[in-house]
Amino acid sequence: MSVPLLQINNLSIEFNTRRGNLVAVEDISFEVAEGEIFGIVGESGAGKSLTGKAIIGLLEAPGRISGGKILLNNERIDNLPYEQMRRLRGKSIGMVFQDPLTSLNPLYTIGRQLIETIQTHTNHTATQAKNRALELLREVGIPAAEKRIDQFPHQFSGGMRQRVVIALALCVNPKLIIADEPTTALDVSIQAQILTLLKNLCRKHGTAVILITHDMGVIAETANRVAVMYAGKIAEIGPVREVVQNPQHPYAQGLMASIPVIGRKMKYLAQIDGSMPRIAERPSGCAFHPRCPHAIELCNKQIPELLNKGKTKAACLLFRNGNP
Amino acid sequence: MSSETPLLKVDAVQRFFDVSKPWLNRVLANEPKLLLKAVDDISFSIRKGETFSLVGESGCGKSTVARLIVGLYPTSSGSIEFEGTDFSTLSKRNQMAPLRRRMTMIFQDPYTSLNPRWRVRDIIAEPIRAFGLTNTGGISGSRLQIFNRVAELLEQVGLSAADGDKYPHEFSGGQCQRISIARALASEPDFIVCDEPTSALDVSVQAQILNLMKNLQRELELTYLFISHDLAVVYHVSDNIGVMYLGRLCEIADKETLFTNPRHPYTRMLFNAIPDINMSGKERIPVSGEVPNPIEPPSGCTFHPRCPIANERCKRERPELQIVDSHSQVACHAIEEKRNMEVHFI
Repeated sequence: MSVPLLQINNLSIEFNTRRGNLVAVEDISFEVAEGEIFGIVGESGAGKSLTGKAIIGLLEAPGRISGGKILLNNERIDNLPYEQMRRLRGKSIGMVFQDPLTSLNPLYTIGRQLIETIQTHTNHTATQAKNRALELLREVGIPAAEKRIDQFPHQFSGGMRQRVVIALALCVNPKLIIADEPTTALDVSIQAQILTLLKNLCRKHGTAVILITHDMGVIAETANRVAVMYAGKIAEIGPVREVVQNPQHPYAQGLMASIPVIGRKMKYLAQIDGSMPRIAERPSGCAFHPRCPHAIELCNKQIPELLNKGKTKAACLLFRNGNP
Repeated sequence: MSSETPLLKVDAVQRFFDVSKPWLNRVLANEPKLLLKAVDDISFSIRKGETFSLVGESGCGKSTVARLIVGLYPTSSGSIEFEGTDFSTLSKRNQMAPLRRRMTMIFQDPYTSLNPRWRVRDIIAEPIRAFGLTNTGGISGSRLQIFNRVAELLEQVGLSAADGDKYPHEFSGGQCQRISIARALASEPDFIVCDEPTSALDVSVQAQILNLMKNLQRELELTYLFISHDLAVVYHVSDNIGVMYLGRLCEIADKETLFTNPRHPYTRMLFNAIPDINMSGKERIPVSGEVPNPIEPPSGCTFHPRCPIANERCKRERPELQIVDSHSQVACHAIEEKRNMEVHFI
């Protein structure tokens, strides 16, 4: 593999507030290859969604990128002027949001929204755009597309709406789709349909996906590689199988153990005591050390870097000098 | 499922909501009344000390059942008995209060179920005051008693007594849920209805809350009705499980039976859809179709349009819950007729 599709180098995101700078995401780096499904998991407030928004240039003030680079096809996209970024958005990077009802305009028909997006990014005539829109709706599995194209979002069910949103994200064949909690608002049975759809479409078109979620089950069956985020940093990154079944970082271990599994009988779930520190109250050194069962003295002084450990990389001082 | 009197018995309960247009419009347009059958003829019972779970997709009526039981909605028909006393026979508040005190509820969203203008201490003390659960006379004496009781409750759920002075917004989601639990425990209940208590929480916090609930159940001999759409959580907490679809129960079984040998086609579909965290490589078979509109439910068995083994009888005749063996009850014609369904499910 030559140059990866997307490179994030030492990205930091800050919020300037009256009470000083709050660093929400600190010095994270990862790469996404073409056609890959890359998962980002973590608890709420870990910085997953901010990372996704930073990539597509939708950070809301006062949030801003305070350091690092985002490269798409080896070109920097984090410092593009607004107009250029607007053209890139949708054309090269698509986005699927959590709530399909709020990400569609309730006053326009589905067809009009699709056609508008297609015409913004291509030179299609109205008829060509409409045909493309119909083709997309069929592709995402909406029955009776000819009839449905003239309907409004409220006439669709949750799962169908999310299919429309996926069609919108795919409409000009972007290289990358950022899916921020695409199935959280849906029932398990519909969730399975949507994930299968997303996976198949991306395989077919060679689209890479960044899948942001808090649900390890979704990651386990969809993603190729995964990053576990904690308090604005990547705690562990590696192939899904390794991270899910054999996590190395103490936080990732605690997280995996706290998920109830069908068929595994136990009286109590393993739990990590305490909760993730708020953004203004992050401890010094490794942010996880106050809750970590293996913490050593050094942990509250030194910020750990991502170190190779087995097949994954974990940011933990325990692994320095190739220790256990 | 056992001969002793159950703590809670729900018998043929129905709850309809009138969703028709305003009277005048309806009469002018000559339209009939429209009824949404949120809960349609449901029966189950819960023994003391057990955890009974209701699972199902959104809109299947799980939460309505919860609200019917605690009395937030009146039933349209059917009876709910608590330790053998039918609620519908009690009409006066002072007759109902002693029973109502013994059943409380924990809601899904911890932020909206706590009054943001009240201090945590007052939130937790409200049931104590409402039910007059102090025994010493005199206002100052009972005030001190309430203060101590609230402190005790806060510590019981893993918070500190000093947290009573704070307001709900000062707490995280998990801590708010602990406060909700403390409030539920304040009236010294025997039975707690938990409506999706952990769905709004992160997994690591969810584990803390579930462990806390289990501990409390053991210490205080509580009985839970647990409502959730997360099957893994349900597997972890329950003794018996009821699966709901469009306002009806389609299967009731104990946990082991249900998860090792699900019978109803809907239960099987639901289980097939669970994300596989063990990555055994098994392909998920997505459930085809969606939940139909509950205002115009399909005829006969409401699941028949999505069911791979449905036949003419399923379209005509509504199946009733039937006892299959000592562990489970299923409402399905295919099970009764012993149709072969193995070809459709793995």
